[in-house]
Amino acid sequence: MAEVLVYVDHVDGAVRKPTLELLTLARRIGEPVAVALGPGAENTAAALAEHGAVKVLTHDAAEYADYLVVPKVDALQAAYDAVSPAAVLVPSSAEGKEIAARLAVRIGSGIITDATDLEAGDEGPVATQSAFAASFTTKSRIAKGVPVITVKPNSAAVEAAPAAGAVEALAVVFSEKATGTKVTARTPRASTGRPELTEAAIVVSGGRGVNGAENFSVIENLADSLGAAVGASRAAVDAGWYPHTNQVGQTGKSVSPQLYIASGISGAIQHRAGMQTSKTIVAINKDAEAPIFDLVDYGVVGDLFDVVPQLTEEIKTRKG
Amino acid sequence: MSLRIVVTVKYVPDATGDRHFADDLTVDRDDVDGLLSELDEYAVEQALQIADAADDAEITVLTVGPEDAKDALRKALSMGADKAIHVEDDDLHGTDAIGTSLVLAKAIEKAGFDLVVSGMASTDGTAGIVPALLAERLGVPQVTLLSEVSVEDGVVKGRRDGDTASEQLQASLPAVVSVTDQSGEARYPSFKGIMAAKKKPVQSWDLEDLEIEADEVGLAGAWTKVDSATERPARTAGTIVKDEGEGGKQLAEFLAGQKFI
Ligand SMILES: Cc1cc2nc3c(=O)[nH]c(=O)nc-3n(C[C@H](O)[C@H](O)[C@H](O)COP(=O)(O)OP(=O)(O)OC[C@H]3O[C@@H](n4cnc5c(N)ncnc54)[C@H](O)[C@@H]3O)c2cc1C
Ligand SMILES: Cc1cc2nc3c(=O)[nH]c(=O)nc-3n(C[C@H](O)[C@H](O)[C@H](O)COP(=O)(O)OP(=O)(O)OC[C@H]3O[C@@H](n4cnc5c(N)ncnc54)[C@H](O)[C@@H]3O)c2cc1C
Repeated sequence: MAEVLVYVDHVDGAVRKPTLELLTLARRIGEPVAVALGPGAENTAAALAEHGAVKVLTHDAAEYADYLVVPKVDALQAAYDAVSPAAVLVPSSAEGKEIAARLAVRIGSGIITDATDLEAGDEGPVATQSAFAASFTTKSRIAKGVPVITVKPNSAAVEAAPAAGAVEALAVVFSEKATGTKVTARTPRASTGRPELTEAAIVVSGGRGVNGAENFSVIENLADSLGAAVGASRAAVDAGWYPHTNQVGQTGKSVSPQLYIASGISGAIQHRAGMQTSKTIVAINKDAEAPIFDLVDYGVVGDLFDVVPQLTEEIKTRKG
Repeated sequence: MSLRIVVTVKYVPDATGDRHFADDLTVDRDDVDGLLSELDEYAVEQALQIADAADDAEITVLTVGPEDAKDALRKALSMGADKAIHVEDDDLHGTDAIGTSLVLAKAIEKAGFDLVVSGMASTDGTAGIVPALLAERLGVPQVTLLSEVSVEDGVVKGRRDGDTASEQLQASLPAVVSVTDQSGEARYPSFKGIMAAKKKPVQSWDLEDLEIEADEVGLAGAWTKVDSATERPARTAGTIVKDEGEGGKQLAEFLAGQKFI
């Protein structure tokens, strides 16, 4: 069976969920061979094997942390040369897309970004994408070269499928360009203890209607009662009420959870671009005419400062 | 010596319009007004600030697109860019990201550059890969997705706010930079700027000028193939209730019914 290269997103050996989803999709088109780079790369093997990786190619070097993107492209290219895969799959993070794009040029291939599903087809893998703020669904494939496809989080259910997952050291020779962009400092983001926004099953978001940084605790309390991630509209982020890393939308994160709850958000097209594919959508807004209500499964026309705390209390009571 | 800045700007259908695909599955540009991709305004703004801080700098805005794409160039010129290049050719219709990066890279090389500034993503294709593709093709460092950028003594520095960390980056020129919408509000063109833009030079190049064969670009030459595009079915109308004191409880009931609680 054809081998499919899967680029592994991990933090010190802990594999992030979108990579496990990628392995599930990869198995539809071939045998997954995983590529894990950087510190802790070898520690990813058990999780990757459990989810279907027949092989895990690993490599660690200071270059991955000290320079931007290109060292990882060099390594992925080395894996590509070693394996001659039928396709290359990369998680659709900002960095993942850049790595995939540069690899595609090097190997003379096309690239499809932000796929939301993947199937085997007669002429190679067929990717589903959503376009124009998720108002269209397209099916595309690669016409030239070996398919390079980046896949969004929440595109498949993670399925276990134990495989050998034999660890092999990858030989990487860095290109001259690898050290072109130096990372001179890095400030890690403090963890909130809440689920990762793009991976969460439930997202609770607040917008301009929240009216102040201090009021965001209303949104956070609801999120915590549901074990949810917290999102924000750009208006709330621009006002400095919530960090940009929590922004949902075209220039923020795109989320596709089971449940999305928007409070005090009008539903501008750029916000919709990032949440329209959520399975169930709920909104609380005091303006009955707000466009967000066109999207909802359930909407409450009312003041969020009345509705949200009552909802939070009720959830706590019901959960005992 | 003058700092030569090239800003890549894309002409896109207005996101607030009713965007859809044409019969050949490319973007339908006839039914919706086009404009300069809003995220490229941030690129123009940062280029202007970098130029202001330099002793001597010249900003060229560059687009690959149909006839109307000149509107995007005019907007960028009215913001303060010095001159414009329009790559236009019937054979470009349907060009994908790999093809677009090929055309842009050839045009940038022909124009001459020390710094390329791009937006973080277009507002139609939204891939966010063209800047990295340009760096790869031009063989220069990529300093991308910056929320803060500066250039001094031939070195570009910037801050990249990622998922897990915020990074300070540094590279020597020539380089490709892309900036996010966190980099600072873009200025509005002044009346004077709009008048001045009318007199600024807009150069037109076609594929032959760039020594690109027609079959390397366009729909026929594309590396990707779109097989179908279907409109998402309209959502069935949801339940909407007015809060009369019990709105939170009613919502909880709905969530419980859906097994979220
Ligand atoms: C290029 C570009 C990219 C963009 N990217 C993004 C993006 O990624 N994400 C994003 O969100 N936006 C983005 N935007 C901005 C977007 O166009 C909107 O401006 C933004 O989404 C508005 O945020 P909002 O809904 O919170 O605010 P508003 O539109 O001001 O809406 C606030 C809502 O809160 C309601 N409200 C007020 N008080 C209360 C109350 N007490 N209780 C209940 N409801 C109340 C109001 O009725 C109103 O509907 C982008 C814009 C551009 C041009
Ligand atoms: C809905 C949709 C989905 C698409 N999916 C794919 C896909 O999966 N694979 C693929 O290969 N192509 C795809 N395309 C085609 C692709 O959009 C174009 O080829 C495009 O010019 C480059 O990609 P982008 O628009 O996503 O740009 P991005 O990579 O998002 O743009 C980043 C920056 O590059 C610069 N830039 C991009 N295009 C131009 C231009 N024409 N002129 C000047 N500067 C420019 C701008 O500075 C811009 O801010 C898609 C198009 C659409 C409309």
